[in-house]
Amino acid sequence: MSQKQTILKLDQLNKHYPVRGGLLKRVKNHVYAVNDISIDVDEGDSVGIVGESGCGKSTLGRTILRLEEPTSGEVWFKGENITHLNEKKLKQFKNDMQMIFQDPFASLDPRQRVGDTLEEPFVIHTNLTKKERKEKAIDLLNQVGLSETHYYKYPHQFSGGQRQRIGIARAIALNPEMIVCDEAVSALDVSVQAQVIQLLKDLQEEYDLTYLFISHDLGVVRHFCNKVLVMYLGHMVEWAPADELFDNPIHPYTEALLSAIPRPIPGRERNNIQLEGDLPSPTEPPTGCPFHTRCPLATNLCKEEKPEWKEISENHFVACHVKA
Amino acid sequence: MTERLLDVNNLVTSFRTAEGELTAVRGVSFEVDQGETLCIVGESGCGKSITSLSLMQLLPNNGQIVDGSIKLEGQELIGLSDDDMRKIRGNEISMIFQEPMTALNPVFPIGFQIREPLKIHENLSKKEAHLKGIELLKQVGIPSPEKRMSQYPHELSGGMRQRVMIAIALACNPKLLIADEPTTALDVTIQSQILDLIDELKEHYQMGVVMITHDMGVVAEVADRVMVMYAGEKIEEGDVETIFNQPQHPYTKGLLKSVPNVDDKEHNLEPIPGSLPSLKEQIDGCRFYSRCEFATDKCRTHSPETFKVSERHSVRCWLQEELTHEPKANHS
Repeated sequence: MSQKQTILKLDQLNKHYPVRGGLLKRVKNHVYAVNDISIDVDEGDSVGIVGESGCGKSTLGRTILRLEEPTSGEVWFKGENITHLNEKKLKQFKNDMQMIFQDPFASLDPRQRVGDTLEEPFVIHTNLTKKERKEKAIDLLNQVGLSETHYYKYPHQFSGGQRQRIGIARAIALNPEMIVCDEAVSALDVSVQAQVIQLLKDLQEEYDLTYLFISHDLGVVRHFCNKVLVMYLGHMVEWAPADELFDNPIHPYTEALLSAIPRPIPGRERNNIQLEGDLPSPTEPPTGCPFHTRCPLATNLCKEEKPEWKEISENHFVACHVKA
Repeated sequence: MTERLLDVNNLVTSFRTAEGELTAVRGVSFEVDQGETLCIVGESGCGKSITSLSLMQLLPNNGQIVDGSIKLEGQELIGLSDDDMRKIRGNEISMIFQEPMTALNPVFPIGFQIREPLKIHENLSKKEAHLKGIELLKQVGIPSPEKRMSQYPHELSGGMRQRVMIAIALACNPKLLIADEPTTALDVTIQSQILDLIDELKEHYQMGVVMITHDMGVVAEVADRVMVMYAGEKIEEGDVETIFNQPQHPYTKGLLKSVPNVDDKEHNLEPIPGSLPSLKEQIDGCRFYSRCEFATDKCRTHSPETFKVSERHSVRCWLQEELTHEPKANHS
């Protein structure tokens, strides 16, 4: 199984936002949004990136696509370092990497007909004629379960699920190899959510897509992903194949996160590991292990020293002093 | 024997819009006992939030309750004057909302907002209300409550804000708490803290709770009874175990099948095809007809009656007709 090519490689990726203040707008502090992320993603993988809000998962997705400039570290895509590519060269790569956003209400232009929205990538990236573009757009609509009649409509005439389908159609327009889905199904009702997940899976099979699936919903991640990265305050805490992570979570944060999910089984004994308190502020991250302020197992070592990134079994990585 | 707290009968709520009168809630009936949690579930647009706003009579200007009755401990609430209703709101029935940032007033400190209901409903002086406020914040698990009283909503995290909302809602010991998606905007680890808190307080005060949610996981954890709504109608109601283990309505079944299960990878997601009908659509038969795999001709032309599967389990579906034979007396 290891012949699979690495499509995306992150090496010590960091994204820190300066916080400016005072009369001269000097940099007073930083928001440490993404810290030292290093993972390899293989072709055809569906990688779940999970964590609580504010843990940096969306920033990570945007940094990979170069929608945000990384502070340091490198992004390799299909064997090429794209961290410092200029706009022109980057454009080629943007054919291969696309994004689906959370809010289909906000990510479509309300004053543009759906057909025009779908044709736009062809206008920018190809030399197709108007007629060819229209054919392509209608073809895309069919692929995501909509029809030609929808070509002339405006976004407000669609339901949430349909809008997300349009978002997906736009993302697959240029046959990308990797799609970053940022909470792509979170705003949808469960019955519609299941439809959209099925669509994403079907498209993956058809086009051999690689997904980075950013989500806070671990149930959806379990269904959709074959690898999962757990993040906390911008740091990697655990990285493992999905089955391994869900069946055998090692990091206390992963454990707490899994136990906190309400299960659809009435009368179930809750063996809830309650986490005390809230996420610390990313402008003043705790010293040592970022999780030590809420960790039930924290020791003195955790407060002082950042835990190493260890491989505890095949492909299962954890950063924890106590459990690994 | 616990006592009947809330009795809603044949509630109909509609909105005047440019496109004519739209009925959002169509003849919904339910009861809540003391110390009981009723969860109202359904997809967005099914009328669950409008049902709860109708209970509070906090409908938008163009909405009105057209028919039905809402009784709180035997007292009819529909038709009460605004003044009388104001005495009940925040005092006997309280409500917490989904997004605590928009429900709290950003320009007043927490203390001001928590003192307000105490001063109005309990006639406490500012000083007494202040002390009671600190007491309440302590009760909902907010650290250093004295300090929080002078802070503004933006200085608190989402979880803390929701705790403040709960403290305000509980200020006057309400008999009924309505919680409209109280944890939807929160992270799972915070969500479980808040759900536990609501449950604890319910036990402590013997409140009735009406919780509105679309998350079947949350339902399983907090509900005693469940009412499933679809397109403005109640389509199934029963004890939480019954709804999860022996759902009868095809929509309830579909809803449960489309929830991803974290513990079981093999669990097959089965989406319900199609989407909710628009309120504008004139539908004679069952409102779920177009999405239902068991639909018959009768479903298309006749709106289903409500059938009783057992004492505490009712279903609005023609499929039950052959199974039960005795329709429950239809309302109105």
